[in-house]
Amino acid sequence: MIWSKHSISSPSASAEPAPVDKLVLWLLRGGAGIAAALVLLILLFVTVESWPALRHISVERFLTDPSWNPGESKYNLAPMLSGTLYAAGGALLLATPLGIASALFIAYYASPRTAGIYRRLIELLAGIPSVVYGFWGLTTLVPLINQLHPPGASLLAGILVLTLMILPTITLTAHAALLAVPGEYLRGAAALGMSRWGMIHGVALPASKTGIVAGIMLATGRAIGETMAVLMVTGNVVRHADSLFDPVRTLAANIVLEMAYAMNDHRAALFVSGLTLMLLVMVLSGVAGWLGRTRHV
Amino acid sequence: MSETVSVKLIHAHRDRFAQLTICFVAFLVCAAFVWIVSDLVRGGWAHLSWDFLVDSPRDAGRAGGIGPILVSTALILLIALMAALPLGWMTAALLAEYVSASGGFGYAVRYSLQVLAGVPSIVFGLFGNAFFSIYLGMGFSILSGGLTLACMLLPILVSTAESGLRAVPDAYRLSAAALGMSRATTLFRLLLPAAAPALAAGLLLGIGRAMAETAALLFTSGYVDRMPGSLLDSGRSLAIHIFDLSMNVSGGDAPAHASALVLIVALLLINMVAMWFTIGWQRRRIVSE
Amino acid sequence: MGQDSNAYTLGPMQAGPVCCDPQPLIQVDDFSLRYGAKPALANVTLDIYRGCITALIGPSGCGKTSFLSSINRLTDLIPDCRIAGRIRIDGSDIHDPARNVQALRRQIGMVFQKPTPFPLSIHRNIELPLHEHGITRRADTRAIIEQVLEDVGLWDEVHDRLDASALSLSGGQQQRLCIARALALSPQILLMDEPCSALDPIASGVVEDLISRLRGRYTIVIVTHNLAQARRIANYAAFFWVKGHAGRLVEFGHCRQIFESPVHELTAAYVNGARG
Repeated sequence: MIWSKHSISSPSASAEPAPVDKLVLWLLRGGAGIAAALVLLILLFVTVESWPALRHISVERFLTDPSWNPGESKYNLAPMLSGTLYAAGGALLLATPLGIASALFIAYYASPRTAGIYRRLIELLAGIPSVVYGFWGLTTLVPLINQLHPPGASLLAGILVLTLMILPTITLTAHAALLAVPGEYLRGAAALGMSRWGMIHGVALPASKTGIVAGIMLATGRAIGETMAVLMVTGNVVRHADSLFDPVRTLAANIVLEMAYAMNDHRAALFVSGLTLMLLVMVLSGVAGWLGRTRHV
Repeated sequence: MSETVSVKLIHAHRDRFAQLTICFVAFLVCAAFVWIVSDLVRGGWAHLSWDFLVDSPRDAGRAGGIGPILVSTALILLIALMAALPLGWMTAALLAEYVSASGGFGYAVRYSLQVLAGVPSIVFGLFGNAFFSIYLGMGFSILSGGLTLACMLLPILVSTAESGLRAVPDAYRLSAAALGMSRATTLFRLLLPAAAPALAAGLLLGIGRAMAETAALLFTSGYVDRMPGSLLDSGRSLAIHIFDLSMNVSGGDAPAHASALVLIVALLLINMVAMWFTIGWQRRRIVSE
Repeated sequence: MGQDSNAYTLGPMQAGPVCCDPQPLIQVDDFSLRYGAKPALANVTLDIYRGCITALIGPSGCGKTSFLSSINRLTDLIPDCRIAGRIRIDGSDIHDPARNVQALRRQIGMVFQKPTPFPLSIHRNIELPLHEHGITRRADTRAIIEQVLEDVGLWDEVHDRLDASALSLSGGQQQRLCIARALALSPQILLMDEPCSALDPIASGVVEDLISRLRGRYTIVIVTHNLAQARRIANYAAFFWVKGHAGRLVEFGHCRQIFESPVHELTAAYVNGARG
């Protein structure tokens, strides 16, 4: 018995596909190829532009130079790095519990109508442009904080604004993870006479753990890469923050502020910080994606 | 007996506490939303007028309107869509119809789009500056900004279009094949039209994202607030205008508020239309089952 | 929404000549089929006679649908499908590399269990395959559409709303539209996979009447679970059963003989309702 295979997608199918089909297939492949190559192109160009700096400024210098002063060839990125990490970290500390609580609200505590409305609200919050968040922060939050403790444009303002911006991400991904918990688990818990919170804490949250963590990683990436809103409210002074009320400058904000007049090595150093941001975020979203795939609930 | 009673009491209290906390959080978030929106409306409503929408900005934007800025924004959007839509929909068609889920090429495309989706917008700005503005020589121009935005929009266009195509029932593909229709005809005359609402919703989502973008445009399409004469002219988008007014122009608060309001209202409208498309699409699917 | 009640009309089609002089149109030689490692059909040898209605009967899972899909090479669309053996139509092997699959499928019409009209207008549903196969002149397509809709008895019901969505028709009307769409390409062979099982009894009766009127003009292979239906409309019957993990042809013969005096004991048990 001779087994043969005839399949439309196999190229050896001889006279099988119509000529127009072959043309269309190659056209689609071309388009998709361009789309796929884009990431490589971006990596390439950013690296090429960073190269002048990377060539004769060793990596330690980016962390140990006395200060950030490109005019005098000093390229210490550490204050900006710490600014980014403090702001993102603070925002995560606030947004994670708030986001998970919001997701729990939509999934278990709200009536269907209220849940729908609240979810729409969260989606709208997600759609507000970062420049508008920054503008609001600048005109409302900063004066408020200023009354508490001058100058107002501070790490705290940055944290608060970032929290608002990453809250929807955490809420929506946590909600999706909660929805994916099989109904049988919850029904089983209810049948055992567990209270609502007992069910959530004991069954739903552990079961959706990986999905929620993946969402948090995504939100972290967003917080680290966020530019405009933070730029507008954090005061942009290059120094390590000693308290919440100190102004800071993040890596992304640094790029925006200095790109306009940066030349040669200075410009290349800015590209280096951009490359760092990109790699950081790629790692985070890679981990998030991996977590999403290995979910074994 | 009393032990179980007291445990139940603790649980009841715990439940109550959890419920109160969670509802309070939801209330907080709603309050924040209302606070932001009301601040914007209060600050910008008075300054809004028809003249504001069509006049040119004067005095660095403190007076006059945002007419040329709206034109620049629209042009940047147009370029971005003209570049991203064909590329994105072609990629989606390939991923949905022609490539098996585990094939090498399809996997590579999907993976790179996933990475692309996570790249921070400032890095897109750097790339756009290095590639479009300098390497390709477009300088600070609407063209450069639009093409940079196109790169940002690709992942979202591809994912919405792909899921739209995948949602078209296989029965149509089988019937079309049984009628001897080529795959190309099936794709263009049957599947894409059937997935049209999903494609439209994805398109609108992309438009919303593009309009909100600032960092990617700062170093590619620039800051000029005059009416653009050609695509190679520099032009500022609405988001950049808001940024400039609030950070660099003292006394620019009122027009900034008004511009922010215009932006938000436009985004809200787009959001609502996209939702209308999605719901209509879902309803049609249910009817045809 | 159209009604399938006592207002149904059937087209002015004549039933063809009785097939008392059978000539084989489709010849299946030792045909086997598997999906990856799972066998679906094994060593099926069978002749389908020109102009007759052949019913494929047997329990679920014994490969009837796979067999049907092999005739118009719809199995090509399934990634892991492997075949062995030969199927010839009018003497020529359908798997001959020189043969164009689209032309083959134009020759063979297929109707599925669940009515699948395209989400387009009634007119466009039929026009699309016509355009695909080169019939593009408006006058031609108009004439064909009117003709086939009359043949299936839909013309009176839909002639005034040809631009309405096909999805607004009732189940029975949709299935008749699918049949009309298949007939529009003037096929030689019609493959039907349980065409009535998703319809209510009245619509089912209408479609069944239509099928029996198509006899003679077309060669029809119909998979059905409804034995009474098979008895009513089929000339020949082929009984399939699962043996050794794959579907096999147990008995084939004139319909009357299969139902009233089957040779094989499995056949006898099946048609008398004892098994399957």
